[in-house]
Amino acid sequence: MPKLVLFVTRRLPASIEALAEQQFEARLTPSDVAITGLAAKAAGADAVLCCPGDMLDEKTIAALPDSVKVIGTFSVGYDHIDVAAVKARGIRLCNTPDVLSVATAECAMLLILAAARRAGEGERLIRSGHWQGWAPTQLLGTQVSGRRLGIFGMGRIGREIARMALGFGMEIHYRDMTRLPPDLEQGAIFHDNDDSFLPICQVLSLNAPGGEGTRHWLNKERISMLPPGAVVVNAARGTLIDDAALIDALRNGQIAAAGLDVYNGEPRLDPGYLTLENIVLLPHLGSATTETRDAMGRIVLAGIGAVLAGETPSNLLT
Amino acid sequence: LRLSKPRLLLAYLTTANVIARACAEFDAIVTAGPGDMTVAEVTRAAAAHRAEAILFTNTLPLTAAAIAGLPDTVRVGATSSVGYDHIDVAAAKARGVMMTNTPGVLDECTADHAMMLLLSAARRGAEYDRIMRKGWRYRIGQGDLLGVRVTGKRVGILGMGRIGRAFAQRARGFDMKILYHGRSRLPADLEQGAEYYADFHAMLPHCDFLSIHAPGGAATERLIDARALSLLPNGAVLVNVARGSLVDEEALLAALTSGKLFAAGLDVFRSEPDFDMRFAALENVVLSPHVGSGSVETRDAMGFRALDNIAAVLSGRPAIDPLWAIDPL
Repeated sequence: MPKLVLFVTRRLPASIEALAEQQFEARLTPSDVAITGLAAKAAGADAVLCCPGDMLDEKTIAALPDSVKVIGTFSVGYDHIDVAAVKARGIRLCNTPDVLSVATAECAMLLILAAARRAGEGERLIRSGHWQGWAPTQLLGTQVSGRRLGIFGMGRIGREIARMALGFGMEIHYRDMTRLPPDLEQGAIFHDNDDSFLPICQVLSLNAPGGEGTRHWLNKERISMLPPGAVVVNAARGTLIDDAALIDALRNGQIAAAGLDVYNGEPRLDPGYLTLENIVLLPHLGSATTETRDAMGRIVLAGIGAVLAGETPSNLLT
Repeated sequence: LRLSKPRLLLAYLTTANVIARACAEFDAIVTAGPGDMTVAEVTRAAAAHRAEAILFTNTLPLTAAAIAGLPDTVRVGATSSVGYDHIDVAAAKARGVMMTNTPGVLDECTADHAMMLLLSAARRGAEYDRIMRKGWRYRIGQGDLLGVRVTGKRVGILGMGRIGRAFAQRARGFDMKILYHGRSRLPADLEQGAEYYADFHAMLPHCDFLSIHAPGGAATERLIDARALSLLPNGAVLVNVARGSLVDEEALLAALTSGKLFAAGLDVFRSEPDFDMRFAALENVVLSPHVGSGSVETRDAMGFRALDNIAAVLSGRPAIDPLWAIDPL
């Protein structure tokens, strides 16, 4: 029996491309650019494996050949895919849940520590060759240990961050729609409203999903409710932040420092961020460990394979 | 009973809170800057002020000659640092000048910094920040610029004192397996399940990460040499927030360039501030300018602790953190 055809929209880690070729007749795309003309390129394919940045809007999905039975996305998020349109065509969709929670939480913790301890400024000073030596007042940051951490969105990633932060003796608070059961809450303090939540956030970590419901959640008004000198990090979605308001607060010192992995309109982020000293910037690499990308590839390929074999994989979205 | 405040020379630049307390509780003169006082400046100012105490930090090399040159009024010298390799303690003791340091107050802060460097080295934080500040503007392939995962890996700790143990506590939050080497095995309540290696070199093949928390000095000089680095697994990550003297920097540069090490996070160097600029040319190192204790809260606490030591000695009580023990009568 011939192998089923999988069209891959982008270059993937070599180990995953090898696995795809082993399991499918894989049509690989050695490119890092978002796919265009998907319908023609996917002609005759049984499955499509896409990535964030590939815009699978209603029109693109409508044009897909009838041969396509399943789409996999190499991501946990799927705001680049019109899910209703996929469903309407009877195509199945799977993603890579769970496997990137730990890597993303590591990234958020890195941003908290690096922003609070002014890592970027230290790096730039030392690489410039102008370091004049140790001084007790040089580049003093904010201590992370023992601070209050507020987590906005206590899903899997938020809970991983909470676990890591406990090792730093932090007091954990979280804001979400519903309270977690005690075994997941692990002593963290629940807030059902912003008014009680924001003033305690000496460190605020955004870990909520994107979309219209949370669009620009961290705006000027909410920033003004944070304690002075707070540290803000975002390893979730760029849309959670009103960039102009955050840049203002970083300039006037209302927020001491920020760490960002995600941006509105990435990779064309607001240039106002690029000239700030009190910010640590990462190019959306929250899940970028070899181990995690490998696991993501394996789970999405397994999902695609299962759908094509008539099974229901655990990572099926629709 | 004395009515006048004790006379203090504050010889280093410090935080506003420390200066305020020094001036409130002592008849203090404070360095005018721009830098910390030199030995010559300290000698002159201490004599002019008839200082009973000097508060300084590790920028003041108090050699035997420097101590011999201090006026007789000086009864105590307090360094706002844990390390005291800049002080000739024996010479101070011979002159009857008590010397104190500030242990205990910077453990958490330094452990935070070590974990920051570990995460940033493993997850390429500094390199990513440079990409951003050049504007990014391109898609990064799913297999490109990948870091290594921290969670669940094995970390070896060289030197399981207070800072090493505070670091271990943070590493446990990342489900890391803790291995350690020190002069002796810790009791179970301090060890907290960490695995002890009496032989440092026997520990190294099991360390995905190696974090240094041992003191400097002759006993640990160049402990991290070419042999030690070769014993680490390929792709290991090294973190040093302790002392640059523990590392053979030629061997470290070679291991970082050859790919033997995935990355390193360094806060301390063999020579500071004129550190080896070849490190600055590497992408796979995260560098910070000796700021392991660099939070406002901790620098305040260090200065306050030094002032507490001075106040104790000048009021006839024992020092809290004496560097030389007072002989029993």
